[in-house]
Amino acid sequence: MAVKNYILVCGGTACESAKGDDIYKSLLKEAEAQGVADDVQIVKTGCFGFCEKGPIVKVLPEQAFYVEVVPEDAKEIIAETVIKGRIVERIQYQPEKGAKGEAFDIDNIEFYQKQYRIVLRNCGLIDPGKIDEYIARDGYAALEKCLFDMKPDDIINELKVSGLRGRGGAGFPTWMKWNFTKQVEADQKYIVCNADEGDPGAYMDRSTLEGDPHSVIEAMMIAGICVGADYGAIYIRAEYPLAIERLEVAMQQARDYGLLGKDILGSGFNFDLEVRLGAGAFVCGEETALLASLEGNRGMPIPKPPFPAVSGLFKEPTVINNVETYANIPAIINKGGEWFSKIGTEGSKGTKVFALTGKIKNSGLVEVPMGTTLREIVFDIGGGISSGKKFKAAQTGGPSGGMITEENLDLPIDFDSLTSIGSMMGSGGLIVMDEDDCIVDVAKFYLDFSVEESCGKCAPCRIGTKKLYEYLDKISKGKGELDDLQKMKDIGAAMKKAALCGLGQTAPNPILSSIDNFYEEYRQHIEDGKCAAGKCKDLVRYEIIADKCIGCTVCARKCPVNCIEGERKKPHIIDQDKCIKCGACYDGCKFDAIIVS
Amino acid sequence: MPVETEELKMTEGLLSFIEEWKEKPGNLIMVLHRVQEEYGYIPRNIAFELGKILDVPLAKIYGVVTFYHFFKLEKPGKHKVSVCMGTACYLKGGQDLIDELEQLLGVGCGGTTEDKQFSLEAVRCIGCCGLAPVLTVGNEVFGKLTTDMLPEVIAQFK
Repeated sequence: MAVKNYILVCGGTACESAKGDDIYKSLLKEAEAQGVADDVQIVKTGCFGFCEKGPIVKVLPEQAFYVEVVPEDAKEIIAETVIKGRIVERIQYQPEKGAKGEAFDIDNIEFYQKQYRIVLRNCGLIDPGKIDEYIARDGYAALEKCLFDMKPDDIINELKVSGLRGRGGAGFPTWMKWNFTKQVEADQKYIVCNADEGDPGAYMDRSTLEGDPHSVIEAMMIAGICVGADYGAIYIRAEYPLAIERLEVAMQQARDYGLLGKDILGSGFNFDLEVRLGAGAFVCGEETALLASLEGNRGMPIPKPPFPAVSGLFKEPTVINNVETYANIPAIINKGGEWFSKIGTEGSKGTKVFALTGKIKNSGLVEVPMGTTLREIVFDIGGGISSGKKFKAAQTGGPSGGMITEENLDLPIDFDSLTSIGSMMGSGGLIVMDEDDCIVDVAKFYLDFSVEESCGKCAPCRIGTKKLYEYLDKISKGKGELDDLQKMKDIGAAMKKAALCGLGQTAPNPILSSIDNFYEEYRQHIEDGKCAAGKCKDLVRYEIIADKCIGCTVCARKCPVNCIEGERKKPHIIDQDKCIKCGACYDGCKFDAIIVS
Repeated sequence: MPVETEELKMTEGLLSFIEEWKEKPGNLIMVLHRVQEEYGYIPRNIAFELGKILDVPLAKIYGVVTFYHFFKLEKPGKHKVSVCMGTACYLKGGQDLIDELEQLLGVGCGGTTEDKQFSLEAVRCIGCCGLAPVLTVGNEVFGKLTTDMLPEVIAQFK
């Protein structure tokens, strides 16, 4: 009997953490119990992207899009949607526009409308644990094409026509990298996948590997065919156990199908892959540092040239790309470089996946064509600021990127436009800040990160990040001087020129991009000793308004250092000398009698 | 490396893993991962044994272990509380969670409680920013937290 319904359960990390697996098991159990196990296929897929409303369960063909599902909902989903074909309104997603209960097309909800999925083409559609489902969606067709119909030069040419640039950060043309490696004569060449996603607040690569691991495996094999390599390594963060597990399952299945290993599909081409674990060092996202780590050493970068394409892993020519770059490649081979080059902007082709997080209503994973504006991403897809407050800034590129202000919201985003405003594409973290966030505090957060992650090999980065942090720390404590701003600019400029690798060269970006755009905020910290957002604790004062205080004593009881005094039913007073500015009194007061200034 | 009182032995599983990886170039980090999986940290005498088997000086092993945040030199508590300090979690109050947990557990960030039940650490991005702010206890993830939810979270593991 043919299957009548498909139930897709999101198995991405966020949904999985929120009991996604229990939901999957409950659905299976209920389908069995209600006697419809044969009519319905229940699939655990990769990330749907709409993490804010997770866990998500989709039922086809009913177009049910259930959000914030709990395992107890399984009974109703089977009884109502699968058996009777009715939508369970209680958990059905409510689009902002449109009347309650009105039918809608999933692709038309605001979150998905402006998206275009190439990298995430299979995420949320197939079961990443089943190779057959990948194959059913043209999986390994590109491999076959490259093995039998295309010459290595044709592959390079297709990539060249496509205009694909590396998605790891710097945006180097992928065809050029491959071509360098291809042209070198060597007995041994390597293919490496950079899945060491260290940018805090970014999880594109994780979701891709969890939702569609075969796409990366297939692309690495294509790279192997193209440059003449027979061994590949995927360097992945040890903090991503689910992605590691799915990769290993996928590799085993590919081996069982004769798609990985010796004499692939009878072509005589050999290729095998290995998963290698990172161990928590941000600098290992830098390619030469990553290779040092793969060799079993401390992950420190070395000066380039020679580039890894010529002298990489164990000094052999090595193609190294990140997850998202690879995931694009099977699609380019299947549909042609022409097709890909029509998407995006003049200098940046294709799409970009962003992890949209921070003070945003619909946080999640979004894939948009290059050239989409930040306003479209934040307000149309992201649904605007979650707190209802004003947009303040958005940070792309994590600790390496800059802060984008309101006036640049309409700038079409691509590699070059972001660089022109002092930020960078980076790997795809996109963090939205509202008025409650202090720019000095956020810059300090990023510099703290860079200080900790600097490998210490070169002085500009080792000393520069530390000095920048010290200046910011001074400013955040109200002890800064206006002159410090110029000093930070000078140090930053020196680091950009002299640091050995991308980490040091880009570490000053969060400061350099914010000093001018948020000059007033820096000045307030320095001259007025004020932090308008109330984040810099040394500049904050909690006070009780006597007129509003009814003397309920809640604040005095909440205070961890007993610095609030006062009699019952009489206004209380905070002893400013003892106050540690934890804010417990402020959070606890039900009468708005405590103000932050 | 700190000196320990208990003398640990290499387990069968660990030895066969090392055997499998011994000849592969660049194996050190993979082997150290396996060691940490076994003991929860990298014990000194195991590192010493490892050096002999792999023919790597202890100094190099120490260098690698201390370079990477993931490897620990001291035994963690029974329950590892890891608070996410990725940017999204930071903006949504990750630091407040750490402050509160320090009070609750009576131990600084990076430390282990005296009864060896809990260790507290800050980690960079767990990758579920949609649930920010997030912490994990062992393999269990707790998301969209506020400070007053923490006593309940910790109580589950006491």
